[in-house]
Amino acid sequence: MSRGLLFSFIFHGFVIFMTALTLPFMLREAVDLPPIVSVEFIEITDKTNIPFAPKAREIIEKVKKEDKRVVSEQAPPADKAKEKPDRIPMPEDKKEIKKIVKKKQNPEEIKPQIRQTSEFEKKELFDPDQIAALIDKAKEQQAETQKKADKLTQSSVKNSFARGLSLSEEDALRAQIFGCWSVPLGLPYDEKLLVRIKLKLKQDGSILKSEILDHERMNTPGQSFYRVLAESALRAVRICQPLKVPPTGYERWKDLQLNFDPTEMLKG
Amino acid sequence: MKKVIIIFLFFILSAGNASSLIKVDITRGNLDPLPIAVSPLHIDMKSENYKSLKEKKLGEEISKIIEKNFKSTGLFNPLKKNAFVQKPDIAHLKPRFEDWRLIKAQALVTGKILVKDKKLKVEFRLWDLTAAKEMAALSFTTTPTNWRRVAHIISDKIYERLTGETGYFDTRIIYVSETGPKDQRIKKLAIMDQDGYNTKYLTLGNELVLTPRFNPTNQLVTYMSYFKNMPRVYLLDIETGIQEVVGNFPGMTFAPRFSPDGKKIIMSFAKDGNSDIYSMDLETRVVEKITDHSAIDTSPSYSPDGKYICFNSDRSGLQQIYVMRSDGTQVKRVTFGKGLYGTPVWSPRGDLIAFTKVHKGRFYIGVMRSDGTGQRLLTENYYQEAPSWSPNGRVLIFYRETKTDSKGKGFSAKLWSIDITGYNERMIKTETDASDPSWSSLLSK
Repeated sequence: MSRGLLFSFIFHGFVIFMTALTLPFMLREAVDLPPIVSVEFIEITDKTNIPFAPKAREIIEKVKKEDKRVVSEQAPPADKAKEKPDRIPMPEDKKEIKKIVKKKQNPEEIKPQIRQTSEFEKKELFDPDQIAALIDKAKEQQAETQKKADKLTQSSVKNSFARGLSLSEEDALRAQIFGCWSVPLGLPYDEKLLVRIKLKLKQDGSILKSEILDHERMNTPGQSFYRVLAESALRAVRICQPLKVPPTGYERWKDLQLNFDPTEMLKG
Repeated sequence: MKKVIIIFLFFILSAGNASSLIKVDITRGNLDPLPIAVSPLHIDMKSENYKSLKEKKLGEEISKIIEKNFKSTGLFNPLKKNAFVQKPDIAHLKPRFEDWRLIKAQALVTGKILVKDKKLKVEFRLWDLTAAKEMAALSFTTTPTNWRRVAHIISDKIYERLTGETGYFDTRIIYVSETGPKDQRIKKLAIMDQDGYNTKYLTLGNELVLTPRFNPTNQLVTYMSYFKNMPRVYLLDIETGIQEVVGNFPGMTFAPRFSPDGKKIIMSFAKDGNSDIYSMDLETRVVEKITDHSAIDTSPSYSPDGKYICFNSDRSGLQQIYVMRSDGTQVKRVTFGKGLYGTPVWSPRGDLIAFTKVHKGRFYIGVMRSDGTGQRLLTENYYQEAPSWSPNGRVLIFYRETKTDSKGKGFSAKLWSIDITGYNERMIKTETDASDPSWSSLLSK
């Protein structure tokens, strides 16, 4: 009996502890996401990006130097800010700082462009909200590894950051599927007609796996049109393959979701 | 503690990644007809007279009817048989999908027939060639003389599976057959299959018949006939051939039509020179007056839920279409266009009302939403009238008359069909001239 009670206490204590611990994280994550998303949609393909003009580069480098100064001046208060909250223990932070320092000590490895972004990221470390800072730092590291691997330009690094397709890439894919999709005509006008298909793609754009996300609706009585619609969408994807995906960046688009919605077409 | 935080960090990061899954919206597609291959049905080895030519032909004929039905919808493109890559019997077991895809087919129909003990057994399979799987499979047993209907039922099942709406091939059309010179027309009631075959005449032609209408729930027909120069509303059971007069009205009755549940007839009825709309319960024979207005109210038609009635009226000066509740309240004018609007018919789907419009001497058949918005004129001609819906609300059938030339010749009246997109207009072959068509509900449900 007492043992059971003990287990109960431990279990409930654990549950309360977990919720207390996880919920704020979740909240903060939701709040942090929007600004990241807003950056995603404006990107253009590598090819269409205008390379830095020599003059512009000079100006940017000047700005960078100024930034450095700013960083070094403001550095001490940042350390203080880190000490305040109890949640994240000091040693870890120190380690991470060390890592950055190490990188700085090895200037041959890092191009000036990369240093620029890292300075920007460093700025964000001043944010008293430590978790957000940590997330950004993790992203920075992620970005850095990608930079090293791909040797991409600065802007395209940001692009892969966003993990999306650029407008022109998306348009090419969309136009291709428009041509393959025979829209069934018996669809009702006043029902929700969205079919979401999740795809796993091979390197060449052919389909490894396809899945209809709302498949339970396909067998709902009175919704037989939905099965027909979903099947027509699947057929379109299959006829179209290999899909017109960008030649590079397989990691970005290997998982793809297509949202088929003929509502606009039926109304027009 | 540190580990826990790291785990949570990973969790947050991975969650962030998952939400940035690339999503592409596909909002447009093409409306090209779907390429479909209809393989001839093969004869089962166990069949009687296995090698007889007649039965071999039957399989081919059935596949031809299916093809013709599909072609008439405008939604399918049946592929030519000489491009087929596999024998019908082998394809029926399991088609080689890649080979069929080569001829650009997206769907394949295969089948088999078996004649034994004077019974005809037909089975078919529908294959999705791009997904390489079977979509539907059914078999029917019937008497061999019924083979045309089997072909229509198969067409319906495939149509349903591929478009998501019910079919309309296993249906019949009742119409007024017209023969003789224009001033001395002999009008008979006639019925035929939806594709123009199996025509039968239901009346002798000694009385004038008008406006036959099918009961949407069974094979009962209401029509008007002049008896001793008095118009009367009749009921005719097609299966038994029994006719009866619905009621003796002292004045003029026009345009009878069934309610969606088939239990009432709604019509216009002229009394003391003013016509209003009346409904009549077929069981109790109680007549109820629905509109009471000094203007001429005619051509009533129920909405499929039975709650509303659309009709035309000249209460605004010119003939326009109105909608009201089925008890006669909340009368609302829905058409405001130039010209005259008439013969409104509510679609069995409930979303549209079909009508005839007359403007500057030309006749149009059109559709609009039940509130009068989204008006679309589908076809325009010298004289055309009386649209009637297919049971799935996708196709309209109507009749069109051609002009008589100065010598009094060249006049004809033919049945035409058009789907609600307005692109697929077809003439339906009839043995004689024809007018006032009405489409039945599905014979098999």
